[in-house]
Amino acid sequence: MTDLTRLSAVQTREAITSGSASAVEVTQAHLDRIAAVDGLVHAFLHVDAEGALAQAARVDAGELTGPLAGVPLALKDVICQEGIPTTVGSRILEGWRPPYDATVTARLKAAGIVILGKTNMDEFAMGSSTEHSAYGPTHNPWDLTRIPGGSGGGSSAAVASYQAPLAIGTDTGGSIRQPAGVTGTVGVKPTYGGVSRYGLVAFSSSLDQAGPCARTVLDAALLHEVIAGYDPRDSTSINAPVPPVVAAAREASVKGLRIGVVRELQGDGYEPGVTARFEEAVALLREAGAVVSEVSCPHFNYALPAYYLIAPAEASSNLARFDAVRYGLRVGDDGERSLEEVTALTRGQGFGAEVKRRIILGTYALSSGYYDAYYGQAQKVRTLISRDFAAAWSQVDVLVAPTCPTVAFPLGAKLEDPLAMYKQDICSIPANLYGGPAASFPVGLSEGLPVGLQVMAPTMREDLLYQVGGALEVALPPAAPSLDWESK
Amino acid sequence: MSAIAYAEALVEFEPVIGLETHVELGTASKMFCGCATEFGAEPNTQTCPVCLGLPGALPVVNETAIESTIRIGLALHCDIASWCRFARKNYFYPDMPKNFQTSQYDEPLCTDGYLDVTVDGQVVRIPIERVHLEEDTGKSLHVGGATGRIHGASHSLVDYNRAGIPLVEIVTKPVTGTGAMPAEVAKAYVTELRDVLRGLGVSDVKMEQGSMRCDVNVSLNKPGAEWGTRSETKNVNSLRSVERAVRSEVERQAFRLRAGERIVQETRHFHEDTGMSTSGRSKEEATDYRYFPEPDLVPIAPDPAWVQSLKAALPEAPSVRRRQLVEELGLSVADSEAMVNAGVLDVVLATVAAGAPAAEARNWWLGHLAQSANTAGVDAADLPITPDQVARVVALVAGGTLNAGLARQVVGGVLAGEGSPDEVVAARGLAVVSDVSALTAAVADAIAADPDAAEKVRSGKVAAAGALVGRVMKATRGQADASVVRLLVLEQLGVSGP
Repeated sequence: MTDLTRLSAVQTREAITSGSASAVEVTQAHLDRIAAVDGLVHAFLHVDAEGALAQAARVDAGELTGPLAGVPLALKDVICQEGIPTTVGSRILEGWRPPYDATVTARLKAAGIVILGKTNMDEFAMGSSTEHSAYGPTHNPWDLTRIPGGSGGGSSAAVASYQAPLAIGTDTGGSIRQPAGVTGTVGVKPTYGGVSRYGLVAFSSSLDQAGPCARTVLDAALLHEVIAGYDPRDSTSINAPVPPVVAAAREASVKGLRIGVVRELQGDGYEPGVTARFEEAVALLREAGAVVSEVSCPHFNYALPAYYLIAPAEASSNLARFDAVRYGLRVGDDGERSLEEVTALTRGQGFGAEVKRRIILGTYALSSGYYDAYYGQAQKVRTLISRDFAAAWSQVDVLVAPTCPTVAFPLGAKLEDPLAMYKQDICSIPANLYGGPAASFPVGLSEGLPVGLQVMAPTMREDLLYQVGGALEVALPPAAPSLDWESK
Repeated sequence: MSAIAYAEALVEFEPVIGLETHVELGTASKMFCGCATEFGAEPNTQTCPVCLGLPGALPVVNETAIESTIRIGLALHCDIASWCRFARKNYFYPDMPKNFQTSQYDEPLCTDGYLDVTVDGQVVRIPIERVHLEEDTGKSLHVGGATGRIHGASHSLVDYNRAGIPLVEIVTKPVTGTGAMPAEVAKAYVTELRDVLRGLGVSDVKMEQGSMRCDVNVSLNKPGAEWGTRSETKNVNSLRSVERAVRSEVERQAFRLRAGERIVQETRHFHEDTGMSTSGRSKEEATDYRYFPEPDLVPIAPDPAWVQSLKAALPEAPSVRRRQLVEELGLSVADSEAMVNAGVLDVVLATVAAGAPAAEARNWWLGHLAQSANTAGVDAADLPITPDQVARVVALVAGGTLNAGLARQVVGGVLAGEGSPDEVVAARGLAVVSDVSALTAAVADAIAADPDAAEKVRSGKVAAAGALVGRVMKATRGQADASVVRLLVLEQLGVSGP
């Protein structure tokens, strides 16, 4: 009998509709898979077997239909699901169960998708390795001694290790794309405002965006279609039709598409293997009919410093609500200590070092007397980066670059060097600052580890991402991890 | 503190005042979510993930609140921004669920307006700096202490029903040139502002329920010198207290300045019971609010045509409406001003509407009721008597059931919570007695008790009858109809009436 966990989402749905497997069987197979391998991978922080099986039963009863009904999914722990623990990878929310569903969660449920559980992440999505999770790191299924990327390492690792065919990630500076890149999976950051942020625990409100993770381009597109679209609960949500992502993924054509290689996102600091796979993939796209040229985006060089002012500034304000008054952790409330002391103790023990570092950075950047020099200046850089994109769109249809300068590095290698860790996102951050959609697609291996190619498109042109991704998938069938650790 | 007198202080110093008024809008739902805004509901029953600031929740602007704020701005002759944003004001406080308040900072919705008020026959133009929109905080209740303040409390309870109610802040520019009457001008401004807001129907403007609250800034300087250091007095929650707060602050600062001390820039808390303020936190250690544009909301860009239509549909200003009404009622301009500044115009009009002649209504509210209010330390309009009840008392006098003295007793009964005027009349047995048979014996008793007066009347000194009438009135606890008593006295003493 087929291993149900090896099927794509599309194949899974076919199996369910053809009657060769029930949604409950599919779900149970994934729960068994999680039980078997997640002790080593640690992709999940919480598994909701009961809820997943109940949802699958509803699909089997015909109550829920749709192209992904009955397909299991792993939900990043930054997204609220009613009644299910949501920790954001932090001690400070330990034990908190949201009394409401995020819009993304509600749409997944309505589409009949089976939510298996919540995935591991860097605390408050601040990191590029999932090592900043308060609950221990996730391991890369390609090599368990290496990082799975971050912050959404749990989601990508779950997909790469066949614990779920689909996952939801969130991307503030690359947290969907970089994990996708280093785990050889597909990850898409939609246009800012393309997917509702309602119920997504905020890190940086002007940058956060939820999106799909999958093993195939079409699977990602189908999931994209489920979660995207206007939501009146999110004021920054775009009230426009969702771009035709599924059709674009099926079309998978780059004939005549003008592709710009970003000059500033290559060269020094990029591993030779990453550069080689990237260039080969670009050559394949050219062979498939794309018109390739080099495009300069001079202000991309300032994206990283601008990001590390804007994101921490917003985070310093967003994370102020964790004060031990209403929910989550409370430390030292002995009836003697003042509220201020309890709040300070709770935040001191509830937040990890990286979160504290960013709260301090952001508080400083917004302080009276420093605002103009830091936050204000960063906003100007952001405008200039958007102008670089606008200028690029007069020459090309999409931009491409490596997703990340390196392949997955060993766990612990950059923990003591925040700046080296921050540089993981050097290629992904410009799209967040601009707000346009971007995706990572697998383009082969370097020293046995996956390399990702990033595609960036104009706002609300997600369809172009899927066209390129689809074409790449045809030209360069993705490699699969050996998972040799399973038999050891 | 032995204060130097207000008037005396204002001979020596020039006052500069400023007022920040917070007004809760009367929208059906909160500023950024759909929760109800009803006053007095069970604590924490009007909340949701948004106004509780739960992780992941996002705000959505209440369009009606934007509309109300623009209408307030227009009524105050402000410029309306064509594009503006909300900003986050960051500070920790347990009654603020997100530990930031969504407010407006350098891009308010309305700027540069004015409001004219009349004090002592003089029109004073109060310049308005800005009108902006923000969300209210929850309410803390500090339990276990003597003062109800956080100091000394054993624990605190927080009610988030109020959290997220739309709050408009109306800030004046520094008001100079108020001469000898800064307190009167301040009160007149808040009174006029309240009338404007009520006329717009945007808020119930109940100061006693906190839907309108004032912070009062005061500084003093020597004539010709630079402005002095200002204090900000918070928690000023009645019209009467606006006046008292300015007055006490003028006296306090003048006392200090005379003693050669400097004024500290600080926040002070006003106490309704004593009419004095105490020092709060010093502004010199003020928190840095780290304002930045609220990224969860999109900018507001009111369509100019819509703003124009709102402007065209504004109701008449209360000052205009007042002038018309006062003229129609045949009252004087001085009466009108007195009624406005006592905050009783609306109740006077309501009393007239309930059937009382204008002059009677005016007399009650500016006379006996104003005194009662002063004694009770409240605004006359807030006394526990309705315009309908006052009109009923006036009708009882006109119908002869009550005389002036009895009417005051009836009003006293109503104020004491004894029920409606008719109930008080019945319960206290206060109706005028004009039945001759009931009074004849009382008159005979009076004559017997004061033979000297009776002899004088008999001998033609009719004026001496007053003493006998007084005796009868006293014996009947004021309930006798004095004119009937007088006729009976003269009749029994064999003198024909004048």
